[in-house]
Amino acid sequence: MLQLFMDHSGEFLEGLKYTLLSSVIALIFSLIIGILIAIFQISHSKPLRIVAKIYVEFFRNIPLLIIAMFFYVVVPMFWFKLDGFTAGTIGLTIYTSAFIAETIRAGILAVPPGQLEAARSSGFSYVQAMWYIVLPQAIKIVIPPLGNQFINLIKNSSILAVVTGLDLMYQGDLIASATFNTFDTYMIVALLYLILTLPLSIIMNRLEKKFAVNG
Amino acid sequence: MDFSGAFSWVNIRFLLEGLWVTVQVAGISIVLSFIIGGLIGLVRFAKIPYLSKIVGLYVEVIRNLPLLLIIFFTYFALPQIGIRFDIFWSAIVALTIFESAMLSEIIRGGLNAVPNGQMEAARSTGLSYGQGLWYILIPQGLKKMLPPIVSQFIALIKDTSLAVIIALPEVTHHAKIIYGQSTNYVLPMFVAMTLLYFLVCYALSLVAKQLELRFK
Repeated sequence: MLQLFMDHSGEFLEGLKYTLLSSVIALIFSLIIGILIAIFQISHSKPLRIVAKIYVEFFRNIPLLIIAMFFYVVVPMFWFKLDGFTAGTIGLTIYTSAFIAETIRAGILAVPPGQLEAARSSGFSYVQAMWYIVLPQAIKIVIPPLGNQFINLIKNSSILAVVTGLDLMYQGDLIASATFNTFDTYMIVALLYLILTLPLSIIMNRLEKKFAVNG
Repeated sequence: MDFSGAFSWVNIRFLLEGLWVTVQVAGISIVLSFIIGGLIGLVRFAKIPYLSKIVGLYVEVIRNLPLLLIIFFTYFALPQIGIRFDIFWSAIVALTIFESAMLSEIIRGGLNAVPNGQMEAARSTGLSYGQGLWYILIPQGLKKMLPPIVSQFIALIKDTSLAVIIALPEVTHHAKIIYGQSTNYVLPMFVAMTLLYFLVCYALSLVAKQLELRFK
């Protein structure tokens, strides 16, 4: 196994690079979109709420594979060319943003309404109350599930392999079919994924416990 | 562009055949992963020396790997050490391994959410540990677990689409074959696939919501 890794370390690390790159890009954009959609969902405007709800329900209830393939197959056919990496990352962003929106909405709603009212009655403006009182509490609630979403995001980035997105899974697949040593190759790929996801998972478990105690 | 040919009777039947494979694979995987996930969750909850720790490590590793990798591994790597499944059962085995690890965490969490005093009270009224689990803890924990369990089943149904990479003849694969015949079919097939998954998953998500409301 070590020999196989040594022989193909360039390809494995190249794949790891694209997996990380795709995950980070998708994380940033899905956070932005997710927060926007969450704000739409709790806003006072009915049309905004409906649009946000349709967005969330639609993308949460169809497979990521279909979204990624849509950008890989359909979009280039009718509109503009996209390479596999871009198509996969766009799909990943849209899919994840729907889950992040739900997480953030739940976090804001979990802060007791009395907190906002108390802040308002002691002279804070609405924005000040949101910024100094509600959001700091919501972030505590939201960080552990958001961390889990990020872990899911890294795992889901393997969808890039299906749309020739150059990621770790894709490289592993190429190496496996070139060397016929499928067992060792996929073991190495698994270890590389675990290096990315396990530390995050352990940190999130810790945070979850810490925030639960502080309550 | 002419989309009308896409939904010929032959194509519709072919798509529905794919849906039937999806339903079979999802159905069998749901049952198996519920049983195995339940057992793993119980073992981890009961804190049996060594066994719980080993099982916990297994769950952590599986939960932190992409399902796609587990599917590849089951179909391409296991034969190298002499374990061979056909495509249909490879998909089921891979899905079951992955989803049972996810489910076991939900089940353990649900059991942990039942107050400690419940078990102590059950034991002090003369029930054995097993009886306490079965009659007191599980019925109460189940209320907390059911909505996330249904959500996990939704995830499982969506995840069956990943088996397209080992050419499992399910909906996505059949749609791909149909739109491979003509570019006119691409958009209709994407709409059809999306609708099929959405209808099944959205219906289940409504069930999950109902359960959540009822048990609150």
